[in-house]
Amino acid sequence: MTTRSLGEPVARREDPRLLSGQGRYVDDIGTGALEVAFVRSPHAHARIVDIDVTGALDVDGIVAIYTHEDLPGRVGEPLPLLIPHDALTHGRTPYPLAKDEVNHVGEPIVMVVATDRYVAEDACDRIQVEFDFLPPVVGIEVARDAEHLVHDDVPGNVAARLVQESGDARAAVAQAPHVLELDLEIERSASMPMEGKAVFARWDADDTSLRVYTSTQASTSVRAAVAAKLELPADRVEVVAPDVGGGFGVKIVHPWPEEILVPWAAVTLGREVKWTEDRREHFVSSAHERGQLQHVKVGFDSEGRLHGLDVTIWHDNGAYTPYGIIVPIITTTQLLGPYKPGAYRAECFSLYTNTVIVTPYRGAGRPQGCFAMERTMDAIADHLGLDRAVVRERNFIRPDEMPYDHGLVFQDGRPLIYDSGDYPASLDKLKKLIGWDEFDDYRAAARAEGRQVGIGMACYVEGTGVGPYEGGFVKVETDGSVVVATGLTTQGQGHQTAFAQIVADELGVPVEKVTVTTGDTRRFKYAVGTFASRAAVMSGNAVALAARNVREKALRIAGEALEADPRDLEIVDGIVQVKGTPGATVPLSTVAVLSNPLRYAFDEETQRATQFATPGDPEKPPVAEDDEPGLEGTDYYSPARSTFANGMHAAIVEIDPDTAEISILRYCVVHDCGTLINPRIVEGQIHGGVAQGVAGALYERMVYDDAGQLLNASFMDFLMPYATEVPRIEADHLETPSPLNPLGIKGAGEAGVIPGASVLASAIEDAEGFRISRMPISPSELYELRQRHERREQNTTNTKDSR
Amino acid sequence: MSDTSAAEPRHEVNLVVNGVPRSATVPARRLLSDFLRHDLGLTGTHTGCEHGVCGACTVLVTGAGRSDDEGVSGRPIRSCLQFAVMYDGAEITTVEGCTRPDGELGPVQQAFQDCHGLQCGFCTPGFVTTITAYLEENPSPSEEEAREAISGNLCRCTGYQNIVASVLRAAELKSEEVGG
Repeated sequence: MTTRSLGEPVARREDPRLLSGQGRYVDDIGTGALEVAFVRSPHAHARIVDIDVTGALDVDGIVAIYTHEDLPGRVGEPLPLLIPHDALTHGRTPYPLAKDEVNHVGEPIVMVVATDRYVAEDACDRIQVEFDFLPPVVGIEVARDAEHLVHDDVPGNVAARLVQESGDARAAVAQAPHVLELDLEIERSASMPMEGKAVFARWDADDTSLRVYTSTQASTSVRAAVAAKLELPADRVEVVAPDVGGGFGVKIVHPWPEEILVPWAAVTLGREVKWTEDRREHFVSSAHERGQLQHVKVGFDSEGRLHGLDVTIWHDNGAYTPYGIIVPIITTTQLLGPYKPGAYRAECFSLYTNTVIVTPYRGAGRPQGCFAMERTMDAIADHLGLDRAVVRERNFIRPDEMPYDHGLVFQDGRPLIYDSGDYPASLDKLKKLIGWDEFDDYRAAARAEGRQVGIGMACYVEGTGVGPYEGGFVKVETDGSVVVATGLTTQGQGHQTAFAQIVADELGVPVEKVTVTTGDTRRFKYAVGTFASRAAVMSGNAVALAARNVREKALRIAGEALEADPRDLEIVDGIVQVKGTPGATVPLSTVAVLSNPLRYAFDEETQRATQFATPGDPEKPPVAEDDEPGLEGTDYYSPARSTFANGMHAAIVEIDPDTAEISILRYCVVHDCGTLINPRIVEGQIHGGVAQGVAGALYERMVYDDAGQLLNASFMDFLMPYATEVPRIEADHLETPSPLNPLGIKGAGEAGVIPGASVLASAIEDAEGFRISRMPISPSELYELRQRHERREQNTTNTKDSR
Repeated sequence: MSDTSAAEPRHEVNLVVNGVPRSATVPARRLLSDFLRHDLGLTGTHTGCEHGVCGACTVLVTGAGRSDDEGVSGRPIRSCLQFAVMYDGAEITTVEGCTRPDGELGPVQQAFQDCHGLQCGFCTPGFVTTITAYLEENPSPSEEEAREAISGNLCRCTGYQNIVASVLRAAELKSEEVGG
């Protein structure tokens, strides 16, 4: 047998290139292209009275200056609303360049094209925009109060009112033996990939074709959007996502204004044009996420079992809603985690504010949902004097209840039905890993030394691998190498390795023989994109199915060559052989040659496939009616519904009794993403997610002032963790394969981040002895809470303990 | 705001990059990072913030008027905070220069692959150069020291776990080479 590759920690195929400076990110391409800079709004809410570009016209090196009125036809129309939904009654999207009004700091107003970025920025400095100020709407409470409106025609600033309901939650809560109410808050953060966005476009007037390189998570859909906006036939537009320096959600939004404007300028000017976002631009003109206020009303019995859960959420969607209400949908469904809620009702108001748009950031609404549920679990345990793990376990969906139908609609428009998972087993692993049952002794010993410690846990379920589909193409070349393509994109997940492992196993070739291309519409035209931890599930299964087709064809052709029944054949290390008959073999390279009847040869190998070398049956066509030339295959994987991965985190924190500085002593993860393709890559995904979870709990927040200025729009002030801020991560896996797909994969990309704020709130609360209901939390905020608690301002039955 | 008249003066910058003499004529305000990437075509050096915080643009410098240079590889600097004209006459090592003479991965690069120390790869060049310089200074760091050594570089993908491991592995590979 060929050495099995699936499940092995294979070293990444992409690494040598990336490590030696040979990666190609968008800004590495297009030397000599014209470069773009934008005049962006310095105000959060204003009417544009006048734009005066005259001062910029004599800047040497200026090629073009565009405002909204220069944009023709569909280029000048508002950007698409990507995911319409009935509840989104007041969806609004921006123009590529602002028309009459700006709704957040950073909104693009003027596009300058010049010989290089320095010159383009010089010109931007000389362009004068006159504004009439409008009252800015900043913060969820201000938006909810609706004294002022972001969009004149959107009453109450409400973009959408989404209700998810299963049973009569309000009645269930009212009749429950115990009732608790919690007010919770999560602040804004952002994906913040190390590479910002970037677009490079090359128009070939002779060929009437356009090639666009963009740092995107959805190249096929960018292609469709560019073709539609520029009114070009789609087959004259190619979109390539080359190496992408991280995405984490922000690059699934498309088309960004720049993804339309840069290609349009390239066509209009007949020149290569490039735009590379700088860090400040990324802060004020890309996307943020997470900001929510939540009110939870929960009814439960004396055992801690939920009878009813009634949640109201106010979600800050920023100035526009190009990505629809995916984040609210995910929060309101994934809030349920591994638990049976009894009756459930969630009502979410998605509100406009004069801030940067809010679209999915790794976790995409799940961290907030997890926060609501896990804070509730801890509150119930505290109220009843029960162990927090016990309360969770009593509410778990049991393995014998799978598949479990929550009676709600998930983000893919399909029913929310969990496919598999063993939550009690995961909890057991987690408790052992962190030493949950022994913690009281540890706490006592620490206390004796004057140290203040606490332990917390949080559980989540993550719907992964949402449809509608992905496809895969697999081809065996005549030299025996294998090329694979799939349409979705890569931003560091190691797809060139993971998909190669899958195909290598399916075909029976060494993994080194397999080369994978992703996110290039020249190689694969149909795709959805990389988001929702779906790449491994969707494209992983698609390339497996395509490889199975190729294998079947290879065995058929080899069977003819070896005069053997294909069922008696196997492929080992790239060679087809008759099982148990040494010597009866044909290499896949030869099978590839034989699969393509030739008239012309170009080397010795292909001479074997020419018409006089292999005359075949003179009564039959060289290519059978139901066959195609070439040893290749394409297939698609389209699931009926999502898979559901799950996990649980636990952390031990120590908090300085004087300064309230929070140190994470241990951070433990138990994770179940079904079949592992490459455990090393999965572990890396967990590590990165946990770092972002810790960041969202202790460090990162977007600080807007009342005027809508983002006060910390730089890496100096937005506290992304360095190595010294991320704890050592201890991880353990559980593998319950998904029954929904051939490989049993569930997806792992977002898992690590989801329970971060919840588990650390739980541990800090345990250490301090008072409720934590707002994250992130800084030492100074915690210190302030302590002072309030000491002054007995804290209401111990209600959790209204915001600052 | 700069004067943007047609006659923006240009200056010839001669320096040695990765052992190769290179030269280009650029305006005084041209950043060293842009000079390396766009004038010399060495796009391995990345800019993640252009305000000196993320460390992705770190390159190693010897010379350039400093008398305190030490070590084989040079001292790490943030090329996004420097003008190219300041480095006339200097020797610079970028990530492309951290490979072995035969083009194979150098010890720090190899350690990153062995330990899965990178995901998207965008911050990686800055880590590779930073660690290369650090190991000259401290050839056998503890885990704690390794963590400290990389604590000026941002990575958004890895959570740093495997980068710390990569520092230790690189030290191991380098000592094997010296020993062997």
